[in-house]
Amino acid sequence: MGEVMYIIIIGAGKVGYHLGKLLMADGHEVMLIEKDRAKVTLLAFEFHDAIMEGDGSTVEVLKEAGANRADVVVATTGNDEDNLVTCQVVKLMFLRPRTIARVNNPRNEELFTGLGVDASVSGTKLINAIIQEQVKAGDMMIPLLTLKAGDIEIVEVELTRSSHIVKKKIKDLTLPPGSIFIAVIRGDEVIIPHGETEFQPEDKVLALVKRESESALRKML
Amino acid sequence: MRVMIIGCGRVGSALANRLDEVGHQVVVLDRNQQAFRRLSEKFSGERIVGNGLVEEFVRPTLQEKTDILFAMTDKDNVNLMIAQRVKQIFRLQTVIAVVHDSILSGLYKELGVETVCPTDLVIKDLLQTIQVG
Repeated sequence: MGEVMYIIIIGAGKVGYHLGKLLMADGHEVMLIEKDRAKVTLLAFEFHDAIMEGDGSTVEVLKEAGANRADVVVATTGNDEDNLVTCQVVKLMFLRPRTIARVNNPRNEELFTGLGVDASVSGTKLINAIIQEQVKAGDMMIPLLTLKAGDIEIVEVELTRSSHIVKKKIKDLTLPPGSIFIAVIRGDEVIIPHGETEFQPEDKVLALVKRESESALRKML
Repeated sequence: MRVMIIGCGRVGSALANRLDEVGHQVVVLDRNQQAFRRLSEKFSGERIVGNGLVEEFVRPTLQEKTDILFAMTDKDNVNLMIAQRVKQIFRLQTVIAVVHDSILSGLYKELGVETVCPTDLVIKDLLQTIQVG
């Protein structure tokens, strides 16, 4: 494993939650900041001291979270304006951390890079790109995106009739540690997977995976 | 002058009424149609229902020469994003964002975004009142 980092994640929605879990599993120090008290209470059982309630776009809350010693701040909320302001405040006040913003509306991406956001990740754009891209024969697993913050990749696998997981439900599978399914693309449809999701041949499966688990995942699929 | 006001709340509507009264050309945008009830009956400017963060709603106004844009919704972050966006896309002389968080307001001034902080203004006023009293 690489060097241990301190990573602050704003927003404990699906993206923030899973990112936090992955980074913690990888041994990094994480602080999840969430506005919604009910969500914080619910997640406190899993995150203990690694979650706090507050508006992550304000200086006070970021200070309390120790943003001055953080290596990376990731803004993952569903509101682009909050993600932008968070990254800008971090850049102006705390200097040290790299800033990564989730961009919900792809049209904001350009604005973000011009305005103090070091890197932006757009889920919509990512999925569009995948659908457009014709899968090249040969390599079954295509790394789509490497998140520099940790040794984490988003990979795509196209299932064949002989894949081990075809006709199986996600809840019946044991995934290698540090990996999670994020989307299943079936024809033109994008499915957000859950326990009951059953794989079919020709599904394109997107997974978030730690680099050291990549080969285990490859074997499994 | 031609002025666009995004956010027709108490302050936004009062500002719109005043500017309209003294003969300026005013365009008000709000997400909520009901918000326009705050405008006076005599208000002669334009009303647009829409989201100030979405280009389609502001483009028809801003592609014509506009002197000032006020971003004054009830959300600081929305105002800051609107202000920075329109400056990037359109040619505007003056863009002002209303930011209630005093620290945030100061920070963005450093970034070159013109901000007005109601909290600071009220405090200033209160302190003056105390001194006078």
